[in-house]
Parts: sequence; structure tokens; C-alpha cells
Amino acid sequence: MGKYVELTAATFEETVKEGVTLVDFWAPWCGPCRMIAPVIEELAEDFEGKATIAKVNTDEEQDIAVKFGIRSIPTVMIFKNGEVVDQMIGAASKQAFEEKINAHL
Amino acid sequence: MLDCAIIGGGPAGLTAGLYTTRGGLKNVVMYEQGMPGGQITGSSEVENYPGVTGEISGMDLMMPWPEQCMRFGLKHEMVAVTNVSRTEEGTFRITREDGKVDEALSVIVCTGSTPKRAGFNGENELFGRGVSSCATCDGFFYKGKEVAVIGGGDTALEEALYLSKICSKVYLVHRRDRFRAAPSTIERIMNTENIELLLDAVPEEVYGNAMGVTGLRVSFRDGGSRDLEIPGVFVFVGHNVNNAVLKQEDGSWLCDVNEWGQVIVDLSMRTSTPGLFAAGDLRIEAPKQVVCAAGDGATAALQAITYVDEKQNA
Repeated sequence: MGKYVELTAATFEETVKEGVTLVDFWAPWCGPCRMIAPVIEELAEDFEGKATIAKVNTDEEQDIAVKFGIRSIPTVMIFKNGEVVDQMIGAASKQAFEEKINAHL
Repeated sequence: MLDCAIIGGGPAGLTAGLYTTRGGLKNVVMYEQGMPGGQITGSSEVENYPGVTGEISGMDLMMPWPEQCMRFGLKHEMVAVTNVSRTEEGTFRITREDGKVDEALSVIVCTGSTPKRAGFNGENELFGRGVSSCATCDGFFYKGKEVAVIGGGDTALEEALYLSKICSKVYLVHRRDRFRAAPSTIERIMNTENIELLLDAVPEEVYGNAMGVTGLRVSFRDGGSRDLEIPGVFVFVGHNVNNAVLKQEDGSWLCDVNEWGQVIVDLSMRTSTPGLFAAGDLRIEAPKQVVCAAGDGATAALQAITYVDEKQNA
């Protein structure tokens, strides 16, 4: 079973540097973040072996949030080989996230 | 064939799910693209839900609802619905975003509403980069900083109070000279030192740089203007109803709607189309309160049960 990865400042660069990675910037107090949480879990299963699905808790990892200029959550960024290639702000459907990932695979 | 399809998983949809399943309908699906709970999960505090005392966040209020509904057999499909249409036999076709199509004897539409944008320059361009419509989500990014809140209703005032606890200062920008919120909320606003009122004022333009918002220009009814050097602008100026699922291929609506696109219902939440019910924020004259949406959901569910019983026993 595929599982998303929780990223920290120590693991972030290493995780996103190769292939396609979806990173969900979230926080525990954010309602819309909680709404997409089960969607992120499903994506982690569906894209196992094809793309990395990751989460950053912006409350605990404020340096990463600042680095990427996160001012609104949920923000979902798509990385390809270490570069940000797309981003979405706010809750969205599973299909919408799938399309964003597939566009870069 | 589903007995009932519920579109949307906020307070109306969840309550409709609870009442239809507990009331005996066997095959009921609630479509919600993520975790159920609805728009209220973004509210910092709810103090007017009957029976719930003390300060509770929208998210905490909604947390136990899905479990209660699922206990009676409600199924949750985590997928967005793109369209609802009627078949020649008088049943309903539910078109899902994943391409599948389900069929249902009755439908309760509970798609709610979405916060409106105020329409000032730069708002869309900087949305998510300093312009926000969720204080509980994004207030944290402005800890110790100054922000502006746009609006003069209950939501604007409640969220301004919430932000005043996190931010060094909150400018409350309202186009009129008085607020249309609960008197107790207005009083708290007046007694909060770090909230500055900018009345008879409209946001003219929000501007910024690559990192996001750096300021907001506000113009006053008397002709003056003022630049606020702030990194955050929170907009609470009302809602648009989410009625897109009812729009048909030929541009018509599946049932009657009014000039604002709100679904016309009777006191039993019946629309002009038999078997189709609407509940919560998207109906006409919706008070936009959790307790009202929940009440609508229950009313619609009881009607749907009667409708389905008649269909099945016809």
C-alpha cells in the first residue's frame, strides 16, 4: 500500500529532486486541508511507483513554508526534478490533482 | 439504482444522509469530493449552534457528524459530481467527475455556496498570495503583522475578531457606515483595541511583488484614499451559490432558479422538478446558518422518503 511521505527541512530537497512529487502544504487547524486529506491518501496509493505524494505540516516546518512563499493553505505544489512546475491553492477534487500530476509524468 | 443521491457533504447533506438512512431508505449515497463537513469547517468559532456551549471551531463542530450518519448506512463517494439530469422515466442521472454515471430515484442537492470575491484590482492575481477568504487557514501566516478584513456582515466581523488575536492590527474595511452583524459581535469589535474601522470605504487595489501582497489602497466615499502597508487581505463579502450541477447541456436548469441562481423550493424543500430537492445555502432565502442547513436537510430527507415510497409502491 502506497503511503504519502511527511517531509521535514532535512528530507525535503532529497525527496523532490528526482521525478514528479506532489507536495501538500497543510496545517492541523485548517478545515479545507482536512477535507483533502483523504484524497491525498488515495493519491499516494494510486500513484505508487509513478510519483511521490508528500505533505508538509506548515506549523512544524515553517522554514519550508517561508522558502516557497506559502501564504494560503492548502497549497499543493507539483515538483519535477526539484523544480516547481505547477501549483494549486485551496481544496480541489481528486481528478483535478490527478490531472496536474499526469501532466508532468 | 439508488433510492437517493445526496450531492454535497456539508451540514445539509450530512443531515439529509442521516434522515434518509435512519428513515428507512436503503441505498443512499452522499457525494462529497473530500472529507465531509462543508464550508463551516473554515470558521474560527461557532457560538450559535443550539446545545453546543462554549467556543467551538467549525471543524470541531462538524467532526462527529459523518460517523453518526454512516452508522445508519449512508455511503460516502469521494468524488465530485459534474451534472444531474432527468431521464425519460423520471429518474435521475448523476454524472461524476471520474466519468462514471449513477442513477437515482430521488436527489437532494446540497452543494452550498462559495465565498465571493469583492472585485477590486489585483484580488484575483494575488489570491492565495496574501488575499484569502479563510482566516483560520491563513491567519497563522500573519502572526504579529497587520492585515485588512473586507466586509461588514457576521462572518467578516467574527473573522476580524479571530485575526485580532493573532495579528498586531486589523483594519476592518466596510463600504457602509454601519455593520449588519449580530449586536453582540459589533460590541466586541468596538471593544477590541487593535481593530481600526475604515467605514464608508472600499478596497481599490491590492498590490504586491513576487512574494505576494505588500499593500492595499482603500478609497473613501468622501473622495479620500489611504494606502495600508499590509501583507494580508481577508475578504468576506458574501457568497455565490454552487448550482453548476443543475445546469443542463442546452443551457436550461434542471429546476426553477431565481435571478441569483438560487434554487426555488417550497417549505418542504421540493423544487419544481418532482423527486429533486434542495437544502442549505443554495436554496432561495437561505439564512446561511449551520442549524438551518441541517434543518433543510432533514426536511428534504423526509420528503424524499415519501417520494421514494410512492414510486416504489406505485
